[in-house]
Amino acid sequence: MSESKLTTDKKSDVKKIEDQGILKGLEQLTPEKIESVINQVINDETGARLKVYVDTCVHCGMCSKGCHFFLSLNDPKFSPAGKVKQTLWEILRKKGKVSPEFIKDAATVAYTQCNLCKRCAMYCPFGLDVAYVMSVMRRICHKLGVVPLYIQDTAHSHSATMNQMWVKDDEWVDTLMWQEEEAQEAIENLRIPLDKEGADIFYSVIGPEPKFRAQLIFQAAVIMNAANENWTMPSMPGWDNSDMCMFTGDYEMMERLKRRHFESALNLRAKRIVMGECGHAFRSVYDVGNRALGWKMPPIEVVHAIEYYNELFEQNKIKIKKKFDRPVTLHDPCNIVRGRGLHEMARNIVKATCSEFIEMTPNREHNYCCSAGGGVINCGPPFKNARVESGKAKAKQLFAAKAKGAEVVIAPCHNCHGGLEDIIHHYGVDMELKFFGDIIYEILELPES
Amino acid sequence: MHDFYYFATGPFAWIAFLVFIGGSIWRFRSLLELAKRKDSIVFEYMDTKFALRSIVHWLIPFGSRSMKINPTMTVVTFLFHICIFLTPLFVFGHVILWKENFNISWFTLPNAVADLMTFIVIASCIFFLWRRIKLPDVKYLTTPLDFIILFIVAAPFITGFWVYHQFSGFAVMTIIHIISGEIMLMAIPFTKLFHMFLFPFTRGYIGSEFGGVRMAKDW
Repeated sequence: MSESKLTTDKKSDVKKIEDQGILKGLEQLTPEKIESVINQVINDETGARLKVYVDTCVHCGMCSKGCHFFLSLNDPKFSPAGKVKQTLWEILRKKGKVSPEFIKDAATVAYTQCNLCKRCAMYCPFGLDVAYVMSVMRRICHKLGVVPLYIQDTAHSHSATMNQMWVKDDEWVDTLMWQEEEAQEAIENLRIPLDKEGADIFYSVIGPEPKFRAQLIFQAAVIMNAANENWTMPSMPGWDNSDMCMFTGDYEMMERLKRRHFESALNLRAKRIVMGECGHAFRSVYDVGNRALGWKMPPIEVVHAIEYYNELFEQNKIKIKKKFDRPVTLHDPCNIVRGRGLHEMARNIVKATCSEFIEMTPNREHNYCCSAGGGVINCGPPFKNARVESGKAKAKQLFAAKAKGAEVVIAPCHNCHGGLEDIIHHYGVDMELKFFGDIIYEILELPES
Repeated sequence: MHDFYYFATGPFAWIAFLVFIGGSIWRFRSLLELAKRKDSIVFEYMDTKFALRSIVHWLIPFGSRSMKINPTMTVVTFLFHICIFLTPLFVFGHVILWKENFNISWFTLPNAVADLMTFIVIASCIFFLWRRIKLPDVKYLTTPLDFIILFIVAAPFITGFWVYHQFSGFAVMTIIHIISGEIMLMAIPFTKLFHMFLFPFTRGYIGSEFGGVRMAKDW
């Protein structure tokens, strides 16, 4: 496999994708139910913003080049405004009188063909927020019970366990103790302090960390210990900062999750929340979830791993043995770059840790999305091929960075990792993926034991 | 013929201005009311500094990456919007009407300049029409109403050009020119042409979100 995959124009027929969550949901729909649910959402939950976004769009097509789906597939249906046309535009025009078949297609568009990355808002002259419009569509689909199966399963896990991955309470503590033991190989007497009151740092992670990437907890523990931090992790639910309910449109559940997370930190009287290298979780804690709960900004300071690592280097809290010596490039994740402007801090960390840095273009706020975000990767296997095809623009961008010599891609976000991994594999990009945590752990000078 | 002329420049002109101003105020007020009831978030996050920062970047030609990667569209849209706004206000033939009817007058454009600007508007409309027909992504978004709006916008300029150059039948064309201008005015509050008034608010809001919360640029 090689760059030749970039030129083939074979496209998966999205219409043929069968998702059991969507199909089962459709069986329960009647035109009356569709109309009443749509009008409830439109009348009770939206207002001038949606109206202005749909009415102001002059159909100029400037947003097309803002979307990596359009850039990858070169199909008008994938331009941001084209997605609005297939969803809310029709719904508002027909005042909710749409068919189950329409809902099926609209759900596919809203859940799997938009990463809610908000890049298009930077390409639309009016700054119309198509991600918001797609979220309204998802909200309608959630209320109609038409949600892709795999992401709905994670939402169910959230409601049953308060974490995304069906991790049981004892498994969580067990995983932390296991990682603590592993990390003691690196630093003797290392601890992962549980439920410590008044700590400077309340460290939270996403469900997939204990489930699939437990070594990240181990690395974080080593870094925290090396920096001599007064930190803690919660032993009870509230430890998971991730939020698939935000992406399915289940806002009630999203509010419960965020509340539990904030309260876990506040109950322990922690000074601030530091979270791992995850993008969507940051969005849910810093932007969406807090607003849903009525907090203009989070009720307790929320610090993303990038901001935290940057602080470690600025304040000389950790030392490195030597710089990471393979050439790296950096992927700017939407939720922490367009969502929180952490791109310069990320570059500071690269400078502090790596000897050779090669920029991807476009970069910073204009970087292409990994195609996995916004819950798209969580919609699972039925949509995987279509998702990877929509990452063609990203693959080209990676190949260009590789041509300049980059061997390693740093992607400080879990979803980006998942998405980029698939893109790298499918297009044969042959680059290695790393988190900042991986690199820092690798070059960290451990304290004398 | 004369009756038509007097109707077009008299009662219909008053109606057109009333509908334009009254309609615009009504549309603004209804959106504001709705926003107050349903989108308090907009008022919470709106931030003058960041709103202006965004608006300024988007009012400068090639001030955003979007404009840089669409150079033809950028040049055409800027010229089009400048000309469509300034020409009717400062063309000699219009200012003289204000002078005759209300005894107020102001700066006028040299005829040759106004003529060129009119031509630019017409040529831009042809460019927009071409985009709507030829570019697949724009074509996909285009509705019949988009063509009608484009026609409503182009008509006063095509007829104005006609009248100024005194092509055949320009007397009838004068009346059509006046009526088409009035139709355009009246269409503004009730069509997508209202974007001229909404731009500062939509741009300002996303600018505030990006500047104040997201701490990122939006251009």
